Amino acid sequence: MATKIVMEALSPTMEEGRLVEWKKREGDPVAVGDVLAEVETDKAVMELVARAAGTLLKQLVAAGATVPVSSPVGWIGSAGESVATDGRPDGPSVSRAGGQEEPAKPAPAAVEPAPSEAAATKSDEPAPPPPPATDRPAAPTGRVRASPLARKIAAEQGVDLSGVSGSGPEGRVIKRDLEGGQTVTRTGGQVVSGPTVRPSGGPAFDDVPLTQIRKTIAKRLVQSIGPIPTFYLTSEVDMERVAEAREALNAAAGDQGKTSFNDIVLKAVATALHQHPACNAWWQDDHVRVWHEVHLGVAVAVEDGLITPVIRNAETKTLREIAAETRDLAKRARERKLKPEEYTGSTFSVSNLGMFDIEHFTAIINPPEAGILAIGSIAAVPAAVGGQLQVRRRMRMTMSCDHRVIDGATGAQFLKTLKLLLENPLALVW
Amino acid sequence: MAVLTYRDALNQALREEMQRDDRVFLMGEEVAEYDGAYKVSRGLLKEFGPKRVVDTPIAELGFTGIGVGAAMVGLRPVIEMMTWNFALLAIDEIVNGAAKIRYMSGGQLGCPIVFRGPGGSALQLGAQHSQAFESWYAHIPGLKVVTPGTPADAKGLLKSAIRDDDPVVFIEGEMLYNNKGEVPEGEYLTPIGVAEVKRPGKDVTLVCHGKTVAIALKAAEQLAAEQIAAEVVDLRSIRPLDSATILQSVAKTNRCVVVEEGWPFAGVGAQVVDVIQRDGFDALDAPVLRVTNADVPMPYNKHLEKAAKVDAAKVVAAAKRVLYLLDPRTD
Repeated sequence: MATKIVMEALSPTMEEGRLVEWKKREGDPVAVGDVLAEVETDKAVMELVARAAGTLLKQLVAAGATVPVSSPVGWIGSAGESVATDGRPDGPSVSRAGGQEEPAKPAPAAVEPAPSEAAATKSDEPAPPPPPATDRPAAPTGRVRASPLARKIAAEQGVDLSGVSGSGPEGRVIKRDLEGGQTVTRTGGQVVSGPTVRPSGGPAFDDVPLTQIRKTIAKRLVQSIGPIPTFYLTSEVDMERVAEAREALNAAAGDQGKTSFNDIVLKAVATALHQHPACNAWWQDDHVRVWHEVHLGVAVAVEDGLITPVIRNAETKTLREIAAETRDLAKRARERKLKPEEYTGSTFSVSNLGMFDIEHFTAIINPPEAGILAIGSIAAVPAAVGGQLQVRRRMRMTMSCDHRVIDGATGAQFLKTLKLLLENPLALVW
Repeated sequence: MAVLTYRDALNQALREEMQRDDRVFLMGEEVAEYDGAYKVSRGLLKEFGPKRVVDTPIAELGFTGIGVGAAMVGLRPVIEMMTWNFALLAIDEIVNGAAKIRYMSGGQLGCPIVFRGPGGSALQLGAQHSQAFESWYAHIPGLKVVTPGTPADAKGLLKSAIRDDDPVVFIEGEMLYNNKGEVPEGEYLTPIGVAEVKRPGKDVTLVCHGKTVAIALKAAEQLAAEQIAAEVVDLRSIRPLDSATILQSVAKTNRCVVVEEGWPFAGVGAQVVDVIQRDGFDALDAPVLRVTNADVPMPYNKHLEKAAKVDAAKVVAAAKRVLYLLDPRTD
């Protein structure tokens, strides 16, 4: 009984592999563990090893061909044993509906299509042997794989299962795919119990089930760019009015309680986030937690790294409160005197390198948060104001967005609000 | 409630039933003078005398046949098998005798008899003395099969078995005799054919019986540490099987793992899976998995024996598979 060699998932994200080179020729003896071929995955060139011993009877794909994971690439069996050349089981051991036996095809030169079971769904054909334990997309059978329970739920809800992407093995649709939440909920990253009493009333957050499009976006983008599919939005802000307001405030405040540009930015960020909760959210693997409270993480450089103390409920705090609290948190952060609850549970973060004359940079998202804002320096630059060239103090800010949570337009709307607030600081108290 | 060992719970049940009904007698190897190979019959000879607590030669077929005959003519024998491995020698009397008398006599004769003793493996007893035979007896129409996993059920089920008018195969566990548990005070019966939810949960059902009850409960404890709430359903009786309780649980959890001692082929779990796939089909979100002993004669080697036996880690892994937290196809 010959054993089929399939393209194995040699990396967790691999969906197809390019067979770079066969290391065994047809007719070569093969032991379990022998390297049969080199396969280029989405990440690296890996070895495809034999799972059975015998003779390499057939190479079903030529070197250079790219085939989907789980597709057959060859056969191992006893010398002289006959095998199909199309990846199907061979011989009389498999009963077929009469007249549907396909003639053996010559070994294809290039890409072997996935097993053509879709074209020939024979109800009396024994189920194919279970594939190797790899995640792979639904087999193209036309029949939707779904658990009995999922079928029942879909029928009750009037959902067409063919439009649901299944998270079970071989794309099996299971209960959680229809309910948007697993029975067993796992939270990724840090978890904090939010304040039970919210100053502004109402729940601290809403857990929003993932829609199919959200799930697909999450799945595809993670495949593209890594565990947190990040994109960046940059906006330049005219800081003249902020600068004027700050000078006035600090002149009035005298020696105590100076307000920094960063404090004003934080206040504006908190206000803007409150208006755009979609950017004030956590990715939770099977749902998105949209926060109504703004717990603002403020990146602070410390001696051998950085720490992000949190201004709780920043959306409810005045500029003066934010300034005082930031000063206190930053000081204690440098002294390593923060308590854990003072640097966990943030819903969005701000990192500012403006004081180092960095014009513009990108910050790395602190999961499970969906966004972080990188603040550059405020520099006097030439700018067109009302058609006239003027020297203006301007600042560039770049938001890193987790695309699973935040779409381009969503992030852009938030930045637009933020820019508006900073260019018209009176709006902060409006 | 009093805390008793499984052994003492059985002893209480025997004593109470022998006090209650003088047709009840105990017979088997070493049950009288030696107080039982596992001391289940401790003190009974002294209390009830040699006519009701009868030592036999090492002759299972013979004394089992005597018991079946005695039951046919109105006594209520309790036949102790030193272990169920030895009962293989007596299986003709159990299967062809006891199980068929009522049917073949057209209801003129009954056979109110209990066959009891430890089944399954203990520690390094070797291939011939480590076998779980409940599925064999459960296969036979005319027999009832019960497998208590706790002291309370041991007492309640043995009293029910002795009062039952049909033959009952009563399978204990050598490794259970020293287990302690709360046993209700006074007279009580555990009904035959009624399963019990030993621990409620919502995420996955663990069906177990006999010795695997403790294993399933341990697995449920470990799963709870990972926020997985397992419901433990103790079958207690293999035949008649309490399908309703199993189905009720699976309707709630949508996922099931059946845990049993013994070999996989045509085991008790196969019957449970049959019930679920037929009458609980629409409740299933994943295939039902079974955790059994390995499909080999029990190895004598300590490490191989451990590897061959059901344990909590295997149950936890199976539960995660049906929850799609691990690949459900791998074994």
